[in-house]
Amino acid sequence: MSLQEIVIQQLFNGLLLGSFYGLVALGYSMVYGIIRLLNFAHADIYMVGGFCSLSLLTFFGGTFIGNGWLGIIVSMFITMIIVGLLGVVIERVAYKPLREAPRLSLLISALGVSMILYNSAMVVTSGEYRPYKTGLSYEGFSIGSVFITHTQAILIVAAVILMLILHLFITRTMYGKAMRAISMDRDCCRLMGVNVNKIIALTFFVGTALAASAGMMAGVYYGSLHFYMGFVIGIKAFTAAVIGGIGIIPGAMLGGLMLGLLESFGTQIPFIGSAWKDVFSFIILILILIFKPTGLLGKKESERM
Amino acid sequence: MKEKQTCLQSASAQTAIKRKNPLAQLIDRLYVLFDDKKVRYGVLAVAVAALIYLPINSSMYITEVMTTFWFNVVVCLGLNIIVGFAGLLSLGYAAFFAVGAYTTGILILHYGISFWLTLPVSVVMAIIAGLAIGAPTLKLRSDYLAIVTLGFGEIIRLAARNMEITGRATGLVGISRPSFFGIAMLRIDHFYYSFLVLAILAIFVSYRLQDSRLGRAWKCIREDEDAAEAMGINVVAVRLLAFIIGSVFGALAGSFMAIKMTAISPESFLFTQSVMILLAVVLGGMGKIPGVILGAFVVVIFPEVFRGIGMYRMLIFGVVLLALMIYRPQGLWPERNT
Repeated sequence: MSLQEIVIQQLFNGLLLGSFYGLVALGYSMVYGIIRLLNFAHADIYMVGGFCSLSLLTFFGGTFIGNGWLGIIVSMFITMIIVGLLGVVIERVAYKPLREAPRLSLLISALGVSMILYNSAMVVTSGEYRPYKTGLSYEGFSIGSVFITHTQAILIVAAVILMLILHLFITRTMYGKAMRAISMDRDCCRLMGVNVNKIIALTFFVGTALAASAGMMAGVYYGSLHFYMGFVIGIKAFTAAVIGGIGIIPGAMLGGLMLGLLESFGTQIPFIGSAWKDVFSFIILILILIFKPTGLLGKKESERM
Repeated sequence: MKEKQTCLQSASAQTAIKRKNPLAQLIDRLYVLFDDKKVRYGVLAVAVAALIYLPINSSMYITEVMTTFWFNVVVCLGLNIIVGFAGLLSLGYAAFFAVGAYTTGILILHYGISFWLTLPVSVVMAIIAGLAIGAPTLKLRSDYLAIVTLGFGEIIRLAARNMEITGRATGLVGISRPSFFGIAMLRIDHFYYSFLVLAILAIFVSYRLQDSRLGRAWKCIREDEDAAEAMGINVVAVRLLAFIIGSVFGALAGSFMAIKMTAISPESFLFTQSVMILLAVVLGGMGKIPGVILGAFVVVIFPEVFRGIGMYRMLIFGVVLLALMIYRPQGLWPERNT
């Protein structure tokens, strides 16, 4: 392959990877922004989303909907609703009772939820890889010798559309305004008549639904699912959120895309190689924390009393 | 002194009247009893004697389990300094005993250095690792530490798996066991005693730290960070110190583990391991030293008693963590707030 083709190939891989990271990072960022919690369970939500959509898709495969594009869209929609509700339930059970508790308790509680989710998935799948069968064809187009399937191209477009919808939701609706207000000052919002509990639940719904959609896309893209798949992407999505500035919505998208690109080009550096891919993004995280801890889009923040 | 004691007794007596629960009353009475120094040291002496006697008169199996228990006491007390004393969440604690174990393993296997000389090296390595992880994160928000340590735990494992010097996925095999004043450490009871000594040392150091100026600074930060800073405590430095001291505990335990096992592989340092240690600390009661020892005991004994649970083990641990945080965040044996 010529240099140009390598660049195109890696650019494309990076965009795909980056859009998964971005979708997951959004949930981290939103939840962190609104209740200042690093939601460890978020990465496992991504995994649950993958498995949930697989079951739905297998079910639709037997009906008139089929497991082609229509089936995928329908099951994605249903997955997002089911998993979004799961997110709301998790918030209600595990985080809401601890809202006034010390930060440490909340973090440990999130860890507990994460363990419950991925270990349940392990028990259900008996720890094996599950193939993700779809009715999609392998047709596509090629740029030079780089071959890109339609599926891959559509996945990127779908991720971008979801991000745009979220952006509009946050900036243009009353609910979005309430979310932004709560992340600034929760008590003040309560005094102004904002239903804080409802908005927090809504934030969890939206964040987890996005992660679930990313999980489904990952299933379609990689063709298999594993109960542990959330673990590494959780750390990377967090890195992405920090790159963009945690708590900042466009930052999470930007950070995700940047990390995806950095990573896919990073594998081309001779010394690093793909075995060190995960180490590479972790080092990026540490470097960002040292040199630009507020992230690319973040403003300097002074911690409130 | 006498006055103080009667004062304590009457205070405890009052609380005993207030509490209806007979178990709570019993505990209160025990507390009063233990206020007497003679009783306390007497019980302690009997306990230590029993522990020294244990491997002489029991099966290999019990000695093995108890050795694991002492190992866990050391690492749990190490994590307790980070989580319990300083209120920081570290999720990659297994990485620090990986650092210790690999340092010792590599030095013995590739360079033929005596085990006892590898210990200071592994302490230095733990300090370097602790600084590299703690310094950038603790300067920011302390909850970043949680996810960075989570990542660090995974990275150390991946690095060990990919590097030639750490023996890739097979790990290090055939680490020779050292001798201690001419006694070759081969039998399980040798390791029982060495981990017992290590654990007693860890308990001693923990108590001394708890009551030191540093220990009070940790407690102060945990309770109210802003107030602590206003009182002139350097929050970042003190937190970093907690993180490093905790890491050193882990690395030392890891070094001893390397010679006990004689073989280490990347799979000995899974995330599960870190979570188990955290669970022990949280279960027993964060910041309370006897509580943490109790937690370590429960975590070691539980899988031994319920052998059949297998793959449900971590699921149960998750549920326990969640339930503890919601219903009893102070743990089984909480710190008494006076």
